[in-house]
Amino acid sequence: MKIIEAQRLTRKFGDFVAVDAISFNVEAGEILGFLGANGAGKTTAIKMLTGLLSPTSGDATVAGFDVYSQPEKIKKSIGYMSQRFSLYEDLTVAENIRFYGGIYGLSARQISTRRDDLLERLDLGHARDDRIRSLPLGWRQKLAFSVALLHEPRIVFLDEPTGGVDPITRRQFWDMIYETAARGITVFVTTHYMDEAEYCDRISIMVDGRIEAIGQPADLKKSFDVASVDELFVRLARPVQA
Amino acid sequence: MSANASVVATELSKAFKATRALADVSFSVERGELFGFIGPDGSGKTTLFRILTTLLVPDAGEAFVDGLHVVRDYRELRKRIGYMPGRFSLYQDLTVAENLSFFASVFGTTVEENYDLIRDIYVQIEPFRDRKAGKLSGGMKQKLALSCALIHRPTVLLLDEPTTGVDAVSRREFWDMLLRLKSAGISILVSTPYMDEARLCDRVGLIQNGTLMQVDTPANIENSFDRPLFGITAQDRYRLLTTLRGYPFANSVYAFGESVHYTDRRNEVEPSMLVDFLQKSGLTDVAVRPIGAGVEDAFMALMDE
Repeated sequence: MKIIEAQRLTRKFGDFVAVDAISFNVEAGEILGFLGANGAGKTTAIKMLTGLLSPTSGDATVAGFDVYSQPEKIKKSIGYMSQRFSLYEDLTVAENIRFYGGIYGLSARQISTRRDDLLERLDLGHARDDRIRSLPLGWRQKLAFSVALLHEPRIVFLDEPTGGVDPITRRQFWDMIYETAARGITVFVTTHYMDEAEYCDRISIMVDGRIEAIGQPADLKKSFDVASVDELFVRLARPVQA
Repeated sequence: MSANASVVATELSKAFKATRALADVSFSVERGELFGFIGPDGSGKTTLFRILTTLLVPDAGEAFVDGLHVVRDYRELRKRIGYMPGRFSLYQDLTVAENLSFFASVFGTTVEENYDLIRDIYVQIEPFRDRKAGKLSGGMKQKLALSCALIHRPTVLLLDEPTTGVDAVSRREFWDMLLRLKSAGISILVSTPYMDEARLCDRVGLIQNGTLMQVDTPANIENSFDRPLFGITAQDRYRLLTTLRGYPFANSVYAFGESVHYTDRRNEVEPSMLVDFLQKSGLTDVAVRPIGAGVEDAFMALMDE
């Protein structure tokens, strides 16, 4: 089943074409790595797919909802987490869970059940009343990911979720991504770590607003005759000079 | 203290209330050396850089940069160092050209006098010289910040996570620039969370929880990895990971791009033993080959200790 369908999706800012007629599909339970140089248009594309920005032209549905007419329904069906914006640092772990549960319209009973499950799964029960500020970055990131899944969305967008994280925690985070995908939840992830691109079911590489390559890492490496995704990325992704 | 040392730190410690940011950190950097601090966010890199740039006073220990004491000689020292903090800290409302001449004049020099040092970097942003710094893309901000940090011809350059959040192509370009500056004789201290950048340094310090775990050349750090390491691939990577983790002889199992890096508890291990086990567990397309460790392997082994 397709969870994202985009057809010639385009966004312009004045004369500047930030996203230029991109077309792609994402299946339920798939891990899609969304790669591109800084300024290639990734953020604009993600904003359109998460219902935050209306496209200039083209079509897209996310979780069956139309990006033009049903952005609010899209927002309820997706989870979102980024390195820059995740949890409220002045609130405790439990308070953040309650806050996000409330935002997504969960009942008090649902919130407390899911909170207990989540804390047990992450082995964070002891930190339940600690402020986010006091937690190590790796814990925060794992917690933020779990909170983004609290309302059981069908797709979760992760924007550079592992930036600056230590190498062991980075790998634990990817275990969580695999587990999430195995439960049928689609994972849409951006990263600057090229080794992480190899962990995705498929990757897409954006260059100057267009998708220059999309497919399984192994197939792309074969068809471009390169040894690694890193090499492929460097070959395709000329940084935008503007 | 070696006459050739550019930076010497002795048992530096710093705490913020109950949080220990740095604990007994000692190291030295030679003149003209490119020295990398490799560690995750929160490991103490920024605190260390702030002490070396005279912006923070250590609780204990001392440090000399270019022969000057970081606390007693801070005024003189500030003229000799170039510092690029982790957060973009140029004036967003000034243009590219205005930022550069501002920093030159603060240090009592002119852009023209030291232009040769920044030419290679600055020409890439010169077409946008009249654009406000706040309106630049990430890669260009980084080039402008580096130009401003160099405009007074410092003897030591300190760069705190210059490549964080920067894409793989721009990161390469940035390191090319650093290697050129090094060949101009400038000592460079750079911090990064990207382990693959360690290889481009003359020496690196691996830092975690405020402690320097190891200081050495990248090659020596890789060679200090003392267990046989195997790179393993199979059809279903996630199943490969979980199967290996369930293997009673497994010592470490980490995903590494397209393969899994594996060490065993036993002293004598043959790849065929691992192939057998994995095939019996139902995995297909299994390949196991002995490989050399990288800096990231060594870093994780040290974290595990």
